[in-house]
Amino acid sequence: MGNLIEVRNLQTQFFTQDGIVHAVNGINYDVAERETVAIVGESGSGKSVGVMSLIRLIPEPPGKIVNGEVNFDGQDLLQLNEEELRQIRGNRIAMIFQDPMTSLNPVLTIGRQITEALELHLNMNREESRARAIELLELVGIPDAGARLDDYPHQFSGGMRQRVMIAMGLSCNPQLLIADEPTTALDVTIQAQIVDLVTRLQSELGMAIIWITHDLGVVAGLADRVLVMYAGFIVEEGPVDVIYGQPRHPYTLGLLRSIPRLDLGRQKRLIPIEGLPPDLLDPPQSCPFAPRCPFVIDKCLEENPPLMSIDAVRKSACWVDLSDVEIYDTSADEQVEAVA
Amino acid sequence: MTTQNTESAGVSTAQDSSQSDVLLTVQNLKMHFPITRGIILQRQVGSIKAVDGITFELMRGETLGLVGESGCGKSTTGRAILQLYEPTAGEVIFEGQDLTEINSGELRRMRRRMQMIFQDPYASLNPRMTVGSIVGEPLEVHKIGGSRREQQQRVQELLEIVGLNPYFINRYPHEFSGGQRQRIGVARALAVNPSFIVCDEPISALDVSIQAQVINLLEDLQSEMGLTYLFIAHDLSVVRHISDRIAVMYLGKIVELADREELYENPLHPYTQALLSAVPIPDPEIEKKRQRIILEGDVPSPAEPPTGCNFNTRCPQVMEICHQYEPSFADVGDGHRVACFLYDQVEALDESGQPVSATA
Repeated sequence: MGNLIEVRNLQTQFFTQDGIVHAVNGINYDVAERETVAIVGESGSGKSVGVMSLIRLIPEPPGKIVNGEVNFDGQDLLQLNEEELRQIRGNRIAMIFQDPMTSLNPVLTIGRQITEALELHLNMNREESRARAIELLELVGIPDAGARLDDYPHQFSGGMRQRVMIAMGLSCNPQLLIADEPTTALDVTIQAQIVDLVTRLQSELGMAIIWITHDLGVVAGLADRVLVMYAGFIVEEGPVDVIYGQPRHPYTLGLLRSIPRLDLGRQKRLIPIEGLPPDLLDPPQSCPFAPRCPFVIDKCLEENPPLMSIDAVRKSACWVDLSDVEIYDTSADEQVEAVA
Repeated sequence: MTTQNTESAGVSTAQDSSQSDVLLTVQNLKMHFPITRGIILQRQVGSIKAVDGITFELMRGETLGLVGESGCGKSTTGRAILQLYEPTAGEVIFEGQDLTEINSGELRRMRRRMQMIFQDPYASLNPRMTVGSIVGEPLEVHKIGGSRREQQQRVQELLEIVGLNPYFINRYPHEFSGGQRQRIGVARALAVNPSFIVCDEPISALDVSIQAQVINLLEDLQSEMGLTYLFIAHDLSVVRHISDRIAVMYLGKIVELADREELYENPLHPYTQALLSAVPIPDPEIEKKRQRIILEGDVPSPAEPPTGCNFNTRCPQVMEICHQYEPSFADVGDGHRVACFLYDQVEALDESGQPVSATA
């Protein structure tokens, strides 16, 4: 499988009254065809801005992609003009957003919102696009799709709205689907429905997915590969089982340690990451995680580590070797009783 | 953090000594909100049954987790217990007094004993008040702070307890991060020395790495001060971590209540089973092997709950009787209570809430 999209040295900044916000600071990654890549990070880590930059959905001004290349099928998306880009957005690269209520137009029926893209990108006429819209709503599991086509967004529940968003995203058979926290606003039983739906659709339709989230739990069951972002940098990258089994960056380790797990007994005490993320208006020259890092050494304060290969599949941006560190202190009593 | 004491011993001794001591009894609590039509002549055309008859007890020093999805009535329960809403029916007996019966002066005095920590630390702090006046306000309202100087000392002490720098006393909320604001909210709740705190989704608005800081703080405070928590949350992993017992709510009713370990290892109600199976676990190996119970459809509207068991529209194991009668909330052994006809101890209730067998 070849690479569908290659991101090289992408840098996005926001020029605000208070100064320059260094949101994304030179990130590199690839997404292969049919692959699911999860981008994990906390608010302000640059995970959304980094992905929005791919299809230039950054409000300009104040935002600006100051550097980088995004190679998609032999073209650099950052060099295309607005008209060329419109041929790709919503067509070959589609996007679903976090909050389905604010991303659907409340005064248009959902049928109109789905057929709009079909008529624009695929040159369908009214009947064709309507038939296709019904087909799409059935595909995402909306009962009585024909009748609901003429309903407005407020007549749908949160989970159903997210299904409509997914139907819109899939309408032109995209090669890449970008999902920006699509389940964050939903309840856990509805989240399970949506995750189940997206994985099923991916195996049927064969698109690649970039899934942006802060929830390490959702990622575990969904992704092939994980990128962990912190302060605008990718700090760790690797296959999902390796990242969760043996993280090599102190931030990833800290995240895994700080969340209570449903399947473990009462952990004695959670180990939080102390302190706060750095101010991106004035990012430090050192490793951005150094002030919060329990493994910090002198070198971390002098030089920000680049993302370095550890082995064939994995990269980490850390000067310290964490290969001997266990995630959970298994020597502690009353722990690790796996749920059947 | 306020303490380096990582021993869980503090928690268990505080509980053991007062295990049988009931702090709060909630009996058949109902909270219905009217739906009205018309602008000048408003008439009631129905009601939203946000909380529809729930019963439980809270022991001194324990943490009861109250979980459920959005709209199930868990936050309304917390507010109705504290009389922030006036409950439609039922009793809330706190330290021997029925809060629904007493007058407002007495209620105000009782409020010193029970406090609340809110979900959104951005919305729940007045942006025009300094941290000192936010935390000090309860002292002034209840006239327990002494002189201005003593009050200020107490506020600084409280800030220190929740892990904030006492010199921050003259700063405003916007100068703090989300996690720090939540600590201010905790300090405010602690100001009047309460015995009972309703924590309404206290960590949902925070980033993952900050959540653990606040959970640890709440645990430390409980073991130091012997606090009793009603911990309302939708995140089952967090609830499992912090609670002694857990109640699961669905559409205004508690469907299951059990000790923490019992509930997670032996969930009886089909909703609890589905809810637990839907929670993602951050471990790809486990996720590959897990079988999810995917519930169909959405939660019905609390304005028109289904007749019979209110889970019958989504239940994978629904039976004939579930459409006819409401299940009672019965003890199936060791304080594990469940409202589901799959279990023999559960009786059918008619519309007035009386057992059907008795009236027949």
